[in-house]
Amino acid sequence: MRVFDWIVQLMGIALALAAAPVFLGWVNQCRAWLQNKSAPSILQPYRGIRKLFHKDAVIAQNASRLFRLAPYVVFGAMVTAAAVIPSIATRLPITRAADAIALVGLLATARVFLSLAAMDIGTAFGTLGARREMMVGFLAEPALLVVIFVVSLTSATTALPIIAERLAGQSLVLNPSLAFTAVAFTMVLLAENARIPVDNPATHLELTMIHEALLLEYSARHLALMEWAAALKLFNYACIGFAVFIPWGIATSDAPLGLTLSVMLLGVKLTVAGAGLAFIETVSAKLRVFRAPEFLATAFLLAVLGLLVRLLLGE
Amino acid sequence: MKALPWDLQLLNTLAALLLLLSFAMLSQRRIVALVNLLALQGALLFIATLLLAWRTGDINLYLSAGLTLGLKVIFLPWLLHRLIRRLGVYWDTEPLLNITGTMLVGLLVVIFSFGLAQPIAALASTATRNSIGIAVAVILIAFLTMITRRKAMSQVVGFLSMENGLFFGAMSATYGMPMVVELGVALDVLVAMLVLGVFFFQIREQFDSLDLKNFETLKEDQ
Repeated sequence: MRVFDWIVQLMGIALALAAAPVFLGWVNQCRAWLQNKSAPSILQPYRGIRKLFHKDAVIAQNASRLFRLAPYVVFGAMVTAAAVIPSIATRLPITRAADAIALVGLLATARVFLSLAAMDIGTAFGTLGARREMMVGFLAEPALLVVIFVVSLTSATTALPIIAERLAGQSLVLNPSLAFTAVAFTMVLLAENARIPVDNPATHLELTMIHEALLLEYSARHLALMEWAAALKLFNYACIGFAVFIPWGIATSDAPLGLTLSVMLLGVKLTVAGAGLAFIETVSAKLRVFRAPEFLATAFLLAVLGLLVRLLLGE
Repeated sequence: MKALPWDLQLLNTLAALLLLLSFAMLSQRRIVALVNLLALQGALLFIATLLLAWRTGDINLYLSAGLTLGLKVIFLPWLLHRLIRRLGVYWDTEPLLNITGTMLVGLLVVIFSFGLAQPIAALASTATRNSIGIAVAVILIAFLTMITRRKAMSQVVGFLSMENGLFFGAMSATYGMPMVVELGVALDVLVAMLVLGVFFFQIREQFDSLDLKNFETLKEDQ
């Protein structure tokens, strides 16, 4: 059934590409509701991307080739990551090919290219954004890695699909170390995706912005790809969380029934997670940029505590 | 992989949460929140003691659970809140080391105490022996809280948190201390707290603040 596996794999990637903007739209919609605003349509991110693809790209005179290349690299990295993460099925060719550490490397590649491209033009905002992005990145990455190490210890492997399979097969136990790491992972997710305690996704041209400052010089199709990649990143992080912490329902064989069920369950998980994310963003205030390291140090601390508690208490 | 019985799982989770609360206290700047965290730590300790009493059927543990509830969850936090209101100290000054640095030192302390507790845990025969490491860590982190703070108030909270850690350590190593000892310790803590409460006012009268750096210079030097 090799051919069928590849078909499922391609379907999974297509699903990620299609679902990511909808997921982002859902989070935005929930947030607007929670803030008593009239919500934009759930398809709004799609409309934005479509509009951008129809425009002519404007590029600064002193932009190097790196600047044009970066959107494709970032988008490509995110699509590859989406293929690596076992979002609907675990027995897929590309999903089996890379482990969680390679995945973190893939995400880091995207970040490096994003930051380099932002510095390439030489505007003050771009450089500022790039520096902040790298600051957040270098603090968030160890926390993410420790989170992965904890679940790797529990399941004796660093390959995400096998982690998902083993954890799904485990009987339900109260596991303090996994609870700690789940909280740590949520904090990393918020920081890495420029969500509220660290960055505000709803503002342009503010001195505290991180993500928007990186994209300031991009327009048209480049900007569309970058926006799409950002939506995919959020989707990918959510899927990593599902695979590690709530892996039940991810298809372990390629029976069509299991796959259908898995896709439906993914939809349910995404709906709940999106609402939860919007809730966190609504109840918390944006931190000062200088407090961001403290936030991420807490995430790191929680993850390491999870690791230590797991070593001490066993199970 | 054999799953633990649910009450042990719950006890382990409570132990982990105790450790987490110690770190929360280590990073907390506001004294009011610090006292609330202390009360929460006492509450967790109360639940853990009650659970262990239920598991072992030990009547003494029921008594010490009641003592924990009365003293550490209700009375002492109430007393501290009253003192905070009357002294008007709501914020501690920035700790000696910045928060991130303190947390990293705290992590090292945890690793050290887990290593330290390993031989003790190997000797103990209780079902909760794995949490001895956590108890040692809670004690040492409370120490660290006392070391890094300047205000007398937060040092006292650190002291009480250390007592919580000692109590939890005794509980997980030998299912609690003898009742006489426990009553003695409880009385000690109570009296110490009352005396320190009076002491705070004296310190403030003398130096116009609760900052302990005033203690570092002798009178003749001024």
